[in-house]
Amino acid sequence: MKTAAEQAPATAAAHAGTSAAQAKAHDVVLQVQDLAVDIRTHRGTIRAVNSVAFEARAGETLALLGESGCGKSMTAKALAGIMDPVCDLADGQIVLNGTDLAALTPKERLKFAGPELGIVFQDALTALNPVYTVGTQLGEAFRIHRGLNAKQARLEAIDLMKRVGIPEPESRVNSYPHQFSGGMRQRILIAMAVALNPSLLIADEPTTALDVTVQAQIMQLLRTLREEGQMAVILITHDLAVVAEEADSVAVMYAGNVVESGPVAEVFADPRHPYTKGLLESVPVHLERGAELNSIPGSPPELHDIPPGCVYQSRCPMVQAICRAERPALRPVTPPVSGAGAADGAGLTPAQDSRAITPISAEGRPVRAAACHFSEEISNG
Amino acid sequence: MLIYLRKRIVSSALPLVVVIVGVFALARMTGNPASLYLPLNATQQMRDDFTARNGLDQPLLVQMADYFGGVLRLDFGQSLRTGQDAAAMALRAFPATLQLAATTMVLAVVLALVVGCWAALKPNGIADRISSFISMAAASIPDFWLAIVGIWIFAITLGWLPTSGVSGASAWVLPIATLLLRPFGVLVQIVRGSMVSALSEPYIKLARSRGAGELRVVTHHALRNAAAPALTVAGDLTVGLVNGAVVVETIFGWPGIGKLMIDSILQRDFAVLQAAVLLTAVAIFALNILIDMGYALLDARVRPVTVKA
Repeated sequence: MKTAAEQAPATAAAHAGTSAAQAKAHDVVLQVQDLAVDIRTHRGTIRAVNSVAFEARAGETLALLGESGCGKSMTAKALAGIMDPVCDLADGQIVLNGTDLAALTPKERLKFAGPELGIVFQDALTALNPVYTVGTQLGEAFRIHRGLNAKQARLEAIDLMKRVGIPEPESRVNSYPHQFSGGMRQRILIAMAVALNPSLLIADEPTTALDVTVQAQIMQLLRTLREEGQMAVILITHDLAVVAEEADSVAVMYAGNVVESGPVAEVFADPRHPYTKGLLESVPVHLERGAELNSIPGSPPELHDIPPGCVYQSRCPMVQAICRAERPALRPVTPPVSGAGAADGAGLTPAQDSRAITPISAEGRPVRAAACHFSEEISNG
Repeated sequence: MLIYLRKRIVSSALPLVVVIVGVFALARMTGNPASLYLPLNATQQMRDDFTARNGLDQPLLVQMADYFGGVLRLDFGQSLRTGQDAAAMALRAFPATLQLAATTMVLAVVLALVVGCWAALKPNGIADRISSFISMAAASIPDFWLAIVGIWIFAITLGWLPTSGVSGASAWVLPIATLLLRPFGVLVQIVRGSMVSALSEPYIKLARSRGAGELRVVTHHALRNAAAPALTVAGDLTVGLVNGAVVVETIFGWPGIGKLMIDSILQRDFAVLQAAVLLTAVAIFALNILIDMGYALLDARVRPVTVKA
């Protein structure tokens, strides 16, 4: 039996080795196109996710940003193949490392669940099975996909717990979920998702249920794991600050549609969709005491009653006749004339990441895209 | 765990005393055994002699004190009918009932798990509707009616099965089928309900996201979470089987504790009745302790806290 100190470097090397073979940085790992999800209800079928498209790249974080009910979690579940029984994948491709997951049978997809794709939920307590030890649950992926026995799987579980920074893993491996704190449970959940070094990690509001200090630790852990394994991370959140700090690119969702996407720095500095602009303006910074907070008037449309034309028309301050008649497609928009500096207007400072700020179309970086008839007029530039 | 067990056993003592007192008093309300055991033309002298010989002339409290004194020395009195030791008679009858009840419950639980899980996989699907109809019917049919109809069809009309007795495997079919139906019906509905709610939990989704297939999700992840309510109800139904055993054993002439109780009541054989009831009560207490230990086995959250050394 090796000591922990001896084992740790070997483990790290093994992980690095696997991931290096898997993907180079910035390679497109996941490509989603025309994704549509329907929900069957008593009042008929409603489309909760509509023609959603985005890319996730190795070693980068893509944020899916939007308010409650905008379809971001639904999108995540569709990607992971764990939709509720009343939901159907109505359309689209989910191409993960060259395989279209949407075209596979549920049984075929199980082979990808774990080795290729991991998911982390918001509430770690309900996401962990209360009647099994965390060791059993952490080891399960190894038993299913690698055919390890209980003893070997337990060792892998201990390794994983070390990797995500859980103290005393040798004894804690036999504890039950309710015996851990919220932050530790979230670490366990993350460990479970990265157990088999997947190329894509989906994190569905991983810090919403945690206090601020722990949130920062969890985000740091996700960042470390992303870099170690060159994983593509899809971060689902409604928190603009988290997006600004953590993500490389962002897809803003509204009423089931992606309304704007692109590198975070550019989108936040120069929003090209009135919804994104409204969101950024509602962040309470640089405000006088007693001044009214900015907000977007109205509320999102009911999903079973989305009007023809633009999904945002009812709340848009600059709505025109064409917006009520024709739904704008998500189309590339011209890059801003002047890049940085405009961030001040939004009140948020995007990540100080030179790579993201540099104009990048030459390198094949994600292009700016917006679904608005007047995206050029909105530009701050 | 041992400390917990000892606590449970000690705390069961008082309810057992209450059971004995209750049965003791109620039995004596049925009348004086003398009028059953002596000829119709017996003189008052003979009646008084019989009553005095069996200690029934004493005040009720004195009789009870005597009885408890006996119980403490494990002397449960003699049968008026046969003169045998009452406890021995109860213990002799008990295994027949136990076999019947155990076989019934094992079958009911296994069948209900299969049917309940099958129904829960697709709520409101065709399987769910069929199983819901079957389980409702099974839970609603009165056992005495089913027993008599069963005898009429399978024993008398078709002649496939014996009407009563314990000779051979075929004699088990009708009593077990009669006893089985209600626990099966009730358990299917419990299993179905708790499986539906377990299967909609986030940890099931997460298990699927690790690549767990349908069979593993159902049998490994959901079932253990859904088992506690089923265990509670199964325990309750097992107690109910004692009730059913009285009816079924009487109808099918099954020499178990239910039949012994009925015979003892009819014959005002107080000592045997008390011994039989006491034995049944002890069995039910033991069952409840087993069920509580079952919860702890299934779910760490309800395990009694043990102080680590």
